[in-house]
Amino acid sequence: MDELEKMLLMQVADLHKIPEGAYNIRKDGGTGGRNSTENVQIVSKTDGKSGIDIIIKPNTKNESVHIPVIITQTGLKEVVYNDFYIGENADVLIIAGCGIHNCGQQESEHSGIHTFHVGKGARVRYVEKHYGGGDGNGENVMNPTTEIFLDEGAHMEMETTQIKGIDSTVRVTNATLEKKANLVIREKIYTHGKQFAKTDFSVDLNGEDSGADVVSRSVAAEHSVQEFISRINGNGKCHGHTECDAIIMDSARVTAVPELTANNVDAELIHEAAIGKIAGEQLIKLMTLGLTEQEAEEQIIKGFLS
Amino acid sequence: MLELKHICFSAENGGKRKEILSDVSLTLDERFVAITGPNGSGKSTLAKIVAGILTPTSGKIYLDGEDITNLSVTDRAKRGISFAFQQPVRFKGITVKDLVSLAAGKKIGINEACSYLSEVGLCARDYIDREVDASLSGGELKRIEIATILARGTKLSVFDEPEAGIDLWSFSNLISVFEKMYEKVKGSILIISHQERILNIADKIIVVANGKVEQTGTREEILPHLLGTSACRALTDKMEG
Repeated sequence: MDELEKMLLMQVADLHKIPEGAYNIRKDGGTGGRNSTENVQIVSKTDGKSGIDIIIKPNTKNESVHIPVIITQTGLKEVVYNDFYIGENADVLIIAGCGIHNCGQQESEHSGIHTFHVGKGARVRYVEKHYGGGDGNGENVMNPTTEIFLDEGAHMEMETTQIKGIDSTVRVTNATLEKKANLVIREKIYTHGKQFAKTDFSVDLNGEDSGADVVSRSVAAEHSVQEFISRINGNGKCHGHTECDAIIMDSARVTAVPELTANNVDAELIHEAAIGKIAGEQLIKLMTLGLTEQEAEEQIIKGFLS
Repeated sequence: MLELKHICFSAENGGKRKEILSDVSLTLDERFVAITGPNGSGKSTLAKIVAGILTPTSGKIYLDGEDITNLSVTDRAKRGISFAFQQPVRFKGITVKDLVSLAAGKKIGINEACSYLSEVGLCARDYIDREVDASLSGGELKRIEIATILARGTKLSVFDEPEAGIDLWSFSNLISVFEKMYEKVKGSILIISHQERILNIADKIIVVANGKVEQTGTREEILPHLLGTSACRALTDKMEG
């Protein structure tokens, strides 16, 4: 692996080298390495689509799966399907991420469609990072779609982070929850320049005592535009919470659209949305500690997105 | 040494200009100086003018002989002025350790951060990773605010009504923090306060009323005379309330 590829890997997966355990590295549309383990099987799709199936045996505990994607070719456009089958009572960490380094003039685009079938009582922590770099004029485009099916008592925690570098992104996440299933989503976004980021969450709380907590924290700077849509449908006795907390700067624009639908008298649904600039007193407090206004702003944003 | 010369400050209020401070001159060279006076007398305005948060309409401010009137908040902080807010500011995502580190001006270890928090009576391990946000009570925030001032250890520390917004129980513990600080601090402390127990440890007391310095002197000179004045009425009201 060359230095550029290593840098991208580190940005999206905190990896300095080839990871331990099960992994699949997708490099410029091809395979950059793959390893299956006794409990985690990674196989190429056989239905003609590009992508992989990741099959995790029931009761697999404390294992991790890395599936980073790195793109260094300008003008590469790809749609990739990754399907996860997580066996009953497994407890695993899945780290995905996409790094694009586009030095050329053409648009690079990666659309990852990830589907999670989480078995009864299984627990998944899914971490997804997006990074874009490069000094060309070619745009970096990422459109991740995540489909989540949580079976009875399953638990999934999804952390998704996109800090600068991605010119355009439309992120769609759909989830269906059965009895006692639980979903936690933490999203962090920083856009600047003329970037555009749209997030569209849709959660169906079908099963009794299912619950979802969808929280987005974002910073929109310069001329960037963000849209946040969060839809929760309470179809039974359930609880849902969605929150959008955005810092707006310069001439950026942010739209937050929470949409709650209760189709059952025992559905408890809450939404919170707050958009505003950095509070003047926060800047002043940090300036009384000796920081310049610029440094104060950076610290506030760093903390907000940490 | 901090010198204020002929400081005036006025502000627009409902279309009318209101004079908040008029011709205030002070010299602060003592280790512990308390400014007291009734609510609305201009004390907090004075403290903010020292920190650079407000700019005087006229007058000059000198720190160790240097004219700092036109220096920014940041530059004054770098020259050695610290300011503890009456209403400590909350931050989402910034932890107590982050804030104390920023105050210290360097990355500090757990042990050092803990030592500042212990000074203000907080059990450090419970707080170090907590966010300085709405999950903390007023008293906890106040203590953390004071810990940031300790971590800075500058030559002048200004406290704007440290007793405001905290319950009596927390406050009596806080007094001992100031008593200890008096023993240990290398620089000077300027504290805005209504509390007799704070005034009791001051080397010098300045009474401000209606935007003017009404009295200046040692605590022996000032405290007995405070009884019956407007400043002390506010003081006794607070104690009773």
